[in-house]
Amino acid sequence: MNKKEFGQFMGFNLLRMCFFIVLLTLAVISFDIISKGIKAINWEFISTMPRNGMTEGGVLPAIIGTIMVTVITAILAVPLGMGCAIYINEYANNSKITRLIRMSIRNLSGVPSIVYGLFGVVLFVQFMHLGTCILSSGLTLGLMTLPWTITASEEALKSVPNSYRYGSLALGASKWQSIRTNVLPYAIPGMLTGTILGLARAAGETAPILFTGAAFYLPFLPKSLFSQFMALPYHLYIMSTQHHSISKVRPLAYGTALVLIALVFLINFFAIILRYHLRKRRME
Amino acid sequence: MRKVKEFIIEKLILICGLASIFFVGLIFLFLLKEGLSVFNIVTPLDFLFGKSWYPISDPAQLGILPLILGSLLVTLGAAVISIPIGIGCAIYIAEIAPARIKEVLKAGIELLAAIPSVVLGFIGMITLVPFVKNCFHLPTGLTALSGSIMLAFMAMPTIVSIAEDALYSVPKTYKEGALALGATHWQTIWRVMLPAASSGLLAAIMLGIGRVIGETMAVMMITGNAAVMPNTILEPIRTLTATIAAEMGEAVVGSEHYFALFAIGIVLFIISFAINVTADLFLHRKQ
Repeated sequence: MNKKEFGQFMGFNLLRMCFFIVLLTLAVISFDIISKGIKAINWEFISTMPRNGMTEGGVLPAIIGTIMVTVITAILAVPLGMGCAIYINEYANNSKITRLIRMSIRNLSGVPSIVYGLFGVVLFVQFMHLGTCILSSGLTLGLMTLPWTITASEEALKSVPNSYRYGSLALGASKWQSIRTNVLPYAIPGMLTGTILGLARAAGETAPILFTGAAFYLPFLPKSLFSQFMALPYHLYIMSTQHHSISKVRPLAYGTALVLIALVFLINFFAIILRYHLRKRRME
Repeated sequence: MRKVKEFIIEKLILICGLASIFFVGLIFLFLLKEGLSVFNIVTPLDFLFGKSWYPISDPAQLGILPLILGSLLVTLGAAVISIPIGIGCAIYIAEIAPARIKEVLKAGIELLAAIPSVVLGFIGMITLVPFVKNCFHLPTGLTALSGSIMLAFMAMPTIVSIAEDALYSVPKTYKEGALALGATHWQTIWRVMLPAASSGLLAAIMLGIGRVIGETMAVMMITGNAAVMPNTILEPIRTLTATIAAEMGEAVVGSEHYFALFAIGIVLFIISFAINVTADLFLHRKQ
């Protein structure tokens, strides 16, 4: 082995090591959560209310709360995000406005989540008088998710070949007709998948809901969109740092962490299945 | 009739497109509206460079220098760890890993991004914090170092996936040319691929750092939350984001404390704006 080959040998092993450090961390984290969380999880844990100052019982209201908030998030972020992506990719010419829109999207995606939380407090809770509730939290998360859904939808639209658009335009279809019949059907699987992945990320966020509606301990299900709620990420935060007997509720905290991760991965999985089916249907 | 329908749809789409500009403006405006009031009490210079943060003492001392330094310290630590490992990881995936498992590896890294930050904070509290405490024989493991390590891994998916894209988009002819001239694969990567992808790699680093500065929950859970001037990386610190998250719940609406927290929000907004604009410049230089 000469000097050059030795250099390559060492270099490659160094890179391999970088990769395995990351992989090992991921493995350790997953193993820790799954092995300890699985002990806490049973039917009672996911189907009952927390009892006795959260030292016993389950996390049902937190699961329901997180799902309800995510639905609100979707209602705001999905249509708006898809519309914006259609505008940028199909309608906008390379003008100043388009550049401004792109810059705004990039900035929205860079704004720290806690700053969205502050914004949610002023706009939804105070200015619009919604109070601290599911609706305020969902809308705040929706704004945060918006740049992700736009970016994902735009990628999907970009992957539709231009000949599809030209073909339909050449046959006399209007702009919107050709988008509706020749672009969207091919882009929708990718748009939906990307969007749902964004929603999964939103479901796990804590900072934006801290002051916009998440509650410490509410042992009943939310009555309407205008009530406060428990959420899995916030519940986990409380169980691990704010609870009066942290070591006693540690197993429950592990259970909550596993339920949260399972929920996030379930949403991801759903997105992948959906894409698969939509693609298959298109093939037929 | 059809014309009218189409006109309406196109205008709706235009509104969606303009919404993002509207929201950025709205966020900044509302932050300014609430945050600027703090400058009736302290001057901007005293706010940014004041060394003590005692928002509820009387009179309140609202200097955020300890918080800024806390954020900087954690971010610097995270950058030192995550940049070499992240870029190394990206090179491994882009150049060395067998083509068959490439997609699986990328998905694995992206899995790390799917774990909610509060879960990572929780695991960090239980595993990393005692580890750091025992390693350095400290009174507490809730230190800037623990935060840096945790955040380095949170920045990893961003850095790896953008850096991998940058390496992938280097024209194949560069690589083939170098190999044809007798360079080894390693020399090609080191002397040709990395310089050619440099602006994309810089963008990856910037966006990774952006992620680190904005991170709230994990950092609040494992850095100890002590709003004092940091001396070393082995002490508890508090970041800008954690300060808002920890204190907003107790701040009385309309009090000077409340305004000060919004002013911290403005500082964070401006930092993230600057980082994103810079990253954008790097990405566009490439094209």
